[in-house]
Amino acid sequence: MSTAHVLLGLLSGGPRHGYDLKRAHDERLPRAKPLAFGQVYATLGRLERDGFVAEAGQERDGGPDRTSYTITDEGRRHLDTWLSAIEPPAPYVTSELFSKVVVALLAADAGRARDFLVAQRAAHMSRMRELTTAKSAPGASVGDVVAADYSIGHLEADLRWLQTTLARVADLQKEVTS
Amino acid sequence: MSALLSGTGLVRGYGSTPALRGVDLAIDEGEIVAVTGPSGCGKSTLLHCLAGILRLDAGTVTYREQDIGLWSEAARSRLRRTDFGVLFQFGQLVPELTAVENVALPLLLAGTGRREARQGALGWLDRLGVADLAEQRPGAMSGGQQQRCATARALVTEPRVLFADEPTGALDVLTGEQVLGEIVGVARERGMAVVLVTHETSVAAYADREIALRDGVLDPTGLGLGVTR
Ligand SMILES: Nc1ncnc2c1ncn2[C@@H]1O[C@H](COP(=O)(O)OP(=O)(O)OP(=O)(O)O)[C@@H](O)[C@H]1O
Ligand SMILES: [Mg+2]
Repeated sequence: MSTAHVLLGLLSGGPRHGYDLKRAHDERLPRAKPLAFGQVYATLGRLERDGFVAEAGQERDGGPDRTSYTITDEGRRHLDTWLSAIEPPAPYVTSELFSKVVVALLAADAGRARDFLVAQRAAHMSRMRELTTAKSAPGASVGDVVAADYSIGHLEADLRWLQTTLARVADLQKEVTS
Repeated sequence: MSALLSGTGLVRGYGSTPALRGVDLAIDEGEIVAVTGPSGCGKSTLLHCLAGILRLDAGTVTYREQDIGLWSEAARSRLRRTDFGVLFQFGQLVPELTAVENVALPLLLAGTGRREARQGALGWLDRLGVADLAEQRPGAMSGGQQQRCATARALVTEPRVLFADEPTGALDVLTGEQVLGEIVGVARERGMAVVLVTHETSVAAYADREIALRDGVLDPTGLGLGVTR
């Protein structure tokens, strides 16, 4: 996840200082991992070094660090390139779930793999219920709904995989242990 | 406190085909329960038995502490007009009636005046996003539009229990969300209980809990979902 690009995106609307950027990030990307202040300042430092942002001034009043930053022309070009680049659709299958099933078959047996799949399914279902409740709550913002939809879609794909794998555990075991 | 609706030892077959082989369940007021499981596992049969539409071979269905299996056909049919709302897999609107007439029908049968029934029907068509189709007959509507009218018709009497069999099976994702949103909204606002038959996990996630069936019996692990043998 590219925090740098999100910060550049937020700065496209005008200069902001670090605290403001953190708040805007967490508001625009609900359900993303909240940004730590340290991470905001470290990222701004790197962006400044690379010439993508520049200091735009100091606010006198209040807190310690009120330096505000502005996006540079080079920063805008960099952001534009990133926006135009298509993300490769998952080149490798790296799933903890998949690994656990295979290792369960290697280290134990089909029963162990099945137990895991059943318990994992229950956990996925309960998370999906939580997200569905959150997004259908009367006060949900569009951002909340879009964020929940993203997670729900991925959980749904996992759930489908958990179901079909459950049906194939016996066959997979033959293959893995042959 | 006893459940609003419960089934005990439910058994039902079709000729030599067993569809339900002893199912127990209980549903509280305001509770949304998803009934899931692979095709042919008995979901629709269970829903029809609970709604008193299908007769049982064995077992009892209890609604508000009354064994409705002992009731006459007329009494059960009255119960379906007053307390139950039923939404089938395929709309099942009356083809000769317009959308608003279809939705107003259950209110008229329950004795509501014409004008009031029409107003109520229009309100529900609006909530389901099909107010502009009020004067259309089902033949002139898409499958999804018919399904939304059927949802309006099932909710218009403010039932205490809604039985919904794949209510969003024919709908695109966003329209399905709107229909489920209305159903859940009514359940939360007025304590309507919902029996929601579905084979989709994203639909089952609207429920408070899930009852999975497999080959006509409960599957406590929930493994039945979407897996066919
Ligand atoms: N009218 C009928 N006559 C004969 N057999 C029937 C009839 N209705 C259902 N069945 C059989 O009863 C069993 C359960 O059917 P049911 O319709 O309850 O399944 P379901 O879980 O709703 O399936 P689906 O997900 O495909 O709608 C199946 O084996 C089916 O073939
Ligand atoms: Mg069915």
